[in-house]
Amino acid sequence: MARRVGIVGVAQTKYEKKPAMHLQDLSFEPVDKVLQETGLKFTEDGTGIDATISCSQDHWDGWTISSKNVVDGAGGHLRPEEKVAEDGAYALYYAALSILGGHYDCILVVAHTKESQVDGRLIENAGLEPLFLRMLGLDFTSCAALQATQYMQRYGISPSQCAKVVVKNRGNAMYNPYAQAPEIVTVDAVLGSPILSDPIRLLDAKPVSDGACALILAAEDKAKKWTESPVWIEGLGCCYDRHYPGYRDLTDPLSLREAAKRAYGMAGISDPRGNIDLVELSEYYSYQELLWSEGLGFCERGDGGRLLESGATQIGGDTPINPSGGLLSGVPVNVAGLNRAVEAVTQLRGEAGKRQVDGARTAVVHGTGGVCGQMHCVIILRRGL
Amino acid sequence: MGERVAIIGIGQTDHRYIRPDINHEEMINEAVREALEDADLTIRDIDTVIIDNMDLFEGHYLSDTMVVDGAGMYLKPGLKINTGGTSGATAVATGWHHVASGVFDTALVIGWQKQDAAPSIAALVTAREPLYDRDMAAGAVGIFAGMGLSYMQESGCQEEHAALARVIMADNARRNPHAHLKPDLTVEDVLNSRVLVWPVRLLHMSPTSCGACALILANEKRAKKAAKPPVWIKDLETAHREQSVFRGGCVEPKPAISAIEVASSRLYKRNGITKPARDIDVWELYTPSSWALFPWMELFSICEKGQAWRLVEKEAIRIEGEIPIEPSGGVVSTNPIGASGVIRVAEAALQLRGEAGEHQVTKKAETAIASAWGAASWIVVFYLSRNL
Repeated sequence: MARRVGIVGVAQTKYEKKPAMHLQDLSFEPVDKVLQETGLKFTEDGTGIDATISCSQDHWDGWTISSKNVVDGAGGHLRPEEKVAEDGAYALYYAALSILGGHYDCILVVAHTKESQVDGRLIENAGLEPLFLRMLGLDFTSCAALQATQYMQRYGISPSQCAKVVVKNRGNAMYNPYAQAPEIVTVDAVLGSPILSDPIRLLDAKPVSDGACALILAAEDKAKKWTESPVWIEGLGCCYDRHYPGYRDLTDPLSLREAAKRAYGMAGISDPRGNIDLVELSEYYSYQELLWSEGLGFCERGDGGRLLESGATQIGGDTPINPSGGLLSGVPVNVAGLNRAVEAVTQLRGEAGKRQVDGARTAVVHGTGGVCGQMHCVIILRRGL
Repeated sequence: MGERVAIIGIGQTDHRYIRPDINHEEMINEAVREALEDADLTIRDIDTVIIDNMDLFEGHYLSDTMVVDGAGMYLKPGLKINTGGTSGATAVATGWHHVASGVFDTALVIGWQKQDAAPSIAALVTAREPLYDRDMAAGAVGIFAGMGLSYMQESGCQEEHAALARVIMADNARRNPHAHLKPDLTVEDVLNSRVLVWPVRLLHMSPTSCGACALILANEKRAKKAAKPPVWIKDLETAHREQSVFRGGCVEPKPAISAIEVASSRLYKRNGITKPARDIDVWELYTPSSWALFPWMELFSICEKGQAWRLVEKEAIRIEGEIPIEPSGGVVSTNPIGASGVIRVAEAALQLRGEAGEHQVTKKAETAIASAWGAASWIVVFYLSRNL
């Protein structure tokens, strides 16, 4: 890469249902926090933040041109602001490329979603191709159930292995002050929870949540000046797969493998499990953590369940996955991928408190979008020396 | 600075009110194939794809995910941009940053909208803040009515001048094979069309179009080997404006702070453009109503405040004129919303290549400004040149 890009500050809200909060207040909260934390201001002379990249979705906001509700609070007034209408990881990806290109030195990235104000199933139904899929009444959960079934049958993944993902992540969330659902759950409780769409049960799915997060990234010289603990973006990649679930081998996260290959190649990672200390991935459903851990190359295909049961993915294991509690502890869509980065940065700075992974130096951040994980974005972060 | 970026491939569909013959993915594919053919490349030469579409207008959530095959995005990196009327221009800017970063040699930028499939104006009403503004149920027309009214009051411009601007754009559109509305109009025709919100009449407003436009961007190394003469995107600037005081322009603070003025003056300053009317040969602005043309010309510093209508009266903005503006016919002739911003850049680039055919400007075109406008008076401005 032409020059290094570092993250100099992160902030997030608590994730919970926030019925009284206006969307503008919701996105402003982490922006205000990260500005205070870094002491940076929106400037035009190169001494502060040059531009803003936001992430939100018109459908979830019920507000077309949804970045309209962000610009006031996030420095968009008479200044550059661009909205990425994908998962928040893509906003970070694009912001990093914009700094690499040299046009900007410092960018504020902010993502927000207020899931509780709408029926997400209707929105997800509109996320399916209109002529052949939409009228079936499918949503992302019912499609995920097809993927989970194929995956579990082909590789012998058991419902209790999926449930153990929930137990681990909700347990990790006990130590995350921002998590919505810090709660000790048991395998039996997961397996006894109501079915949403077989084999996905209520506790296998991410709960409805509202929240926002923000981070500031800067070119190397400025990042070093502005923080003693910069976290560097060492690699990034993303990839699209086909739309129709029936056109894909749903047990093979092909676009995730491609995105990871690009990011690893850029970061010089040849042995993901050996080289990576910490993973924050986007598991909207419990089975996805197992499937995505295969796609990210931490184990062979079909071995996601065994990897989990080996204890390797726990805090204290050799490849801790979602020490924050992940999406299962309640992070909204869109915010999901950017929140993964915020959590990974917190870890790499050694500021994660009781959920801290000791000595974490290199982290993988993952975001995904579309039905059954159609598109994926992978970003490699490394702690500065 | 990063890699220098050029446009090496241009493709667009014919823009029409309805396209019942194809679906959205097939429509995008038309533009993508044309751009690849224009650049003499195949989809394998494309490193990343940036796509934009107003997905709430379209009634599709994550509309990019449904068009992967037609857009050529399968197993490629890329993302979707959505910023309102500016979307297409923001997507071009996104592609520009991608190539400038050095990570990608080429980028395919696609903008599209298929307005025969969903009522975009119904979705546009939700652009207003939900607690205080949305009850107005306002679309875009009122904004231009306020604009036209205050412009007439301040400058001495008459309805006839806006009508003449509309006639000129229609004349231009008839020479552009891709344009949507191509009426043979007189000033009287425009003045006799029905009032939407006075002084905006039906013929003053842009149509709801279906269409797609694709650009291929490349770094210097690839651009120098390109099949067609590269058009360089020398610089760009974008600015938004705070939206909560917007209220459709009704409580616009005076003097109005314009994002157009702020962004264009920053761009001019960086690039040594001291007299835009002289230094820029062709303009593809983004005029969703013929009433917008006058304030735009002044905010882009093409002329002094209050003087734009006089330039229109002299017909200096015509294809054969000294200051050709919207030679394509502009947004008032063709508006597939998500594509409109990409089309502005594409049309400006065609002019600089000298390949605009019947709507090629008469004067020698070396430099161009392309822009797109939307949301709460947001703007993206590009400075294009034939020369590196």
